[in-house]
Amino acid sequence: MAKEKDVQQLSEVTVRFAGDSGDGMQLTGSQFSDTTAFVGNDLNTLPDYPAEIRAPAGTIYGVSGFQLHFSSEDIHTPGDQPDVLVAMNPAALKKNLSELKKNGILIVNKDAFDVKNLKLANYATNPLEDGTLEGYTIFSVPISSLTENALEGTSLSVKEVARCKNFFALGLMYWLYNRPIENTVEWIEDKFKKKPEFVDANTKALHAGYNFGDVTEAFTTRYSVEPAKLQKGTYRNISGNEATAFGFLAASVRSGLPLYLGSYPITPATEILQYLSNFKNFGVKTFQAEDEIAGVVSAIGAAFAGNLAITTTSGPGLALKTEAIGLAVMTELPLVIINVQRGGPSTGLPTKTEQADLLQAVQGRNGESPVVVLAAKTPIDCFYMAIEASRIAIKYMTPVILLTDGYIANGTEPWRIPSVDSLPKIDVKFRKEKEGFYPYLRDENLARPWAIPGTPDLEHRIGGLEKADIYGTVNYEPDNHHKMINLRAQKIKNIENDIPLLEVDGEQKGDLLVLGWGGTYGAIKEAVLKARGLGIKVSQAHLQYVNPFPKNTGEVLKNFKHVLVPEINLGQLAKLLRSEYLIDIKQFNVVRGLPFRVSDILEKIQETLGGKNGK
Amino acid sequence: MENNVEVKTAKLTAKDFASDQEVRWCPGCGDYSILAQVQRTFPEIIDVPKEDVVWISGIGCSSRFPYYMDTYGFHGIHGRAPILATGVKLANPKLSVWVATGDGDLLSIGGNHFIHACRKNIDLKLLLFNNKIYGLTKGQYSPTSEKGKVTKTSPFGSVDYPFNPTMLATGSEATFVARSIDRHTKHLQDMIKRVGQHKGTAFLEIYQNCNIFNDGAFASLTEKETKDESVLILEQGKPMVFGKDGCKGIKLDGFTPRVVDLTSGQYSVNDLWIHDEFEESPVRSAILSTFTETPGLPTPIGVFRQVFKPTYDQGLVAQIEDVKAKKGLGDLEKVLFGGNTWEVN
Repeated sequence: MAKEKDVQQLSEVTVRFAGDSGDGMQLTGSQFSDTTAFVGNDLNTLPDYPAEIRAPAGTIYGVSGFQLHFSSEDIHTPGDQPDVLVAMNPAALKKNLSELKKNGILIVNKDAFDVKNLKLANYATNPLEDGTLEGYTIFSVPISSLTENALEGTSLSVKEVARCKNFFALGLMYWLYNRPIENTVEWIEDKFKKKPEFVDANTKALHAGYNFGDVTEAFTTRYSVEPAKLQKGTYRNISGNEATAFGFLAASVRSGLPLYLGSYPITPATEILQYLSNFKNFGVKTFQAEDEIAGVVSAIGAAFAGNLAITTTSGPGLALKTEAIGLAVMTELPLVIINVQRGGPSTGLPTKTEQADLLQAVQGRNGESPVVVLAAKTPIDCFYMAIEASRIAIKYMTPVILLTDGYIANGTEPWRIPSVDSLPKIDVKFRKEKEGFYPYLRDENLARPWAIPGTPDLEHRIGGLEKADIYGTVNYEPDNHHKMINLRAQKIKNIENDIPLLEVDGEQKGDLLVLGWGGTYGAIKEAVLKARGLGIKVSQAHLQYVNPFPKNTGEVLKNFKHVLVPEINLGQLAKLLRSEYLIDIKQFNVVRGLPFRVSDILEKIQETLGGKNGK
Repeated sequence: MENNVEVKTAKLTAKDFASDQEVRWCPGCGDYSILAQVQRTFPEIIDVPKEDVVWISGIGCSSRFPYYMDTYGFHGIHGRAPILATGVKLANPKLSVWVATGDGDLLSIGGNHFIHACRKNIDLKLLLFNNKIYGLTKGQYSPTSEKGKVTKTSPFGSVDYPFNPTMLATGSEATFVARSIDRHTKHLQDMIKRVGQHKGTAFLEIYQNCNIFNDGAFASLTEKETKDESVLILEQGKPMVFGKDGCKGIKLDGFTPRVVDLTSGQYSVNDLWIHDEFEESPVRSAILSTFTETPGLPTPIGVFRQVFKPTYDQGLVAQIEDVKAKKGLGDLEKVLFGGNTWEVN
């Protein structure tokens, strides 16, 4: 009988699971996340996986990781450095050890530290034995053999048994952090319902891991993180890509327009296409096109014919869609382009995050070709910005580019699910009356009428050639072109009157404003909170609308002595702000394919204030 | 309601399909004939209300076509007409969607969209205006120009082998493949009618003379003295006969077509290849496509192949209806509150 273990209360923990890309680390991480959400912690996750699906086993470049940060308080990032690292093999240890906190907990699969794996991970000697791991709390557990023992007598092959070891590790972590295993058991039962022997094996491995923690002498302490004080309601855990898909589904329902998605698979945007292809019973049409250009052009055709038309992509795909987006600008059709940004240029870092497509979105087309550019700031925000992008596209008859990024697309957080009735309604006005119809006669928003094929007596032609004002016929006259260029620009500019003002969190005037956009919100928010904890006076504002900017942006910027703009690019928002408002911007740019570290932003805040702490 | 019925029963004429835009092709261009034959045949073949007809195009001389038709129209970007049309069709499958395109537009920059439209059997009517030259950019060789073509960008003769459009369409499994010629107006009208009646990707190659940059490219097929000898008019269920007074025929030896003389007494029409456009196998359509590359063989015009299979758009709609029937109409509340949820009180 094992003795009672101590339970230590913690306010927050960051855990990282790391192993081969075939080891099931993403699954382990997402199961731990779901259970953690279920017990009521606030949480934030960061999957980090290689571009190769199954890189050679045991190699460093084949290591897949999943980090999650959970807390009894409100949190906004997946955590800078893990408190706990679960390393399933030497390569996973090698790749992740330097980021583990000093004195952090290290759980390794001892069985994987054989000569072959050590060599693959470029270890000359075994780190479990040579003192490399001094200063960490190490639990060296023979996870593979314990899993094998637990599954003795199973009908599964040796290979299949080996695959169950991630559930052993998960079970052990559930024990260590005092979480129930029932959710995962249910999940296993559902997932493998057609293969009972897999249900049995994975459940056994999970229990074995949990019981091992309970029984073994090595673990003397368990940890507990109290539920966070979340607002009352029904919650689910959601990723940015799933939220984006739900957002467009909601926009379709709230506008009454059928949803059409023309798309070509591309990491990290593919999941949106996958999610939406499930919603056929909503009348959603998903078209997996022959290429990126086909994805967007088919969507333009669908917009012309009266659907809520969208296309999803990532950086290289946006580059390919460029000319077509110009066509949507010229023909003034509602279209939403979602760019889940990834590391560039070229193929770049397909599975990593970046913010370097901002200028491409705002300016990357031939001619004066203004489009609305929005940026979601968190996984949940993807849902609301998808609806907002649809609203603007339809109301103003314009393409809208919605920027998300690999981090918020794959990252998850608990979402208090809104009721459908609380979501904005989107008004759609198809032109029906023949009297006074001209294809380019604009309304009070400068939007042209949406007269769709099938409407009697409104037959008309549109296209990429310059249009005559009002009449929409082909027109090459100099003054008309000048006028149309300005009308198209003014239409987009006017949208500033129809979007929320830029809100400042903290003092409205002062020494330092940290201004970000898109997916860096969480890291900036946490850095600002930490700075305030140190007595530093610092304000935060965050842009979800990049073109046009909120109307008061210039005013807000002028109220601060310093404006610090952290971006995961070389200063693209900074460039836009300088040229628009002629003010000095302090840049902070780190482009590592990863989200910002809170500590880096905090340091930059302190540096910007010259160590005076703003007092 | 009554008014509605009145409008629908009014008989349309060619004029109803002519827009108020002045036609701006070069005088003598073959495009005029194509436009005229389309406008003439449309009152007969359009079995949907006029407002349900959409013309889509890409870039090039031919792609100005939609401006001259009084229907809904969309002049797109270079090469993208088939996929723009696909989006329109999928968004509203009851529309009758037509594409006007050229050899550069469809077979060079737009080749990918063309083969995939054929593969998916999207219910589109594709009219290829093939003049074997880039006209709008003023005379460069195109993907259908013959090898050795001397143009501004090939002053020493082009090195490229050309595409064979009907072969490409056949190979991409287009369910309707046909060819006609701008100056064979009656034949062209017949072919446009057949295109209009087909459900699925219907491909019609139209030889069209560019009298500015490639004049006479099809002269042997249109001039009185030569056309009988050089054109083979395909007719369903009939032996392949051509030449002055039907003096020659095509005999198929295995996979090899040969010209035989019907006047010497050695061969009769009973020895000839009987054309069957409804043959399921694409092989004979491919053999017919090789005629233009084989010296001595006439150029076939008419329907190479017509097969019937469900279209992509029908499949898409059927799947949606099927899923609705199985899962019930979508309920957003259920989706949002589905999955793993928990309550915070």
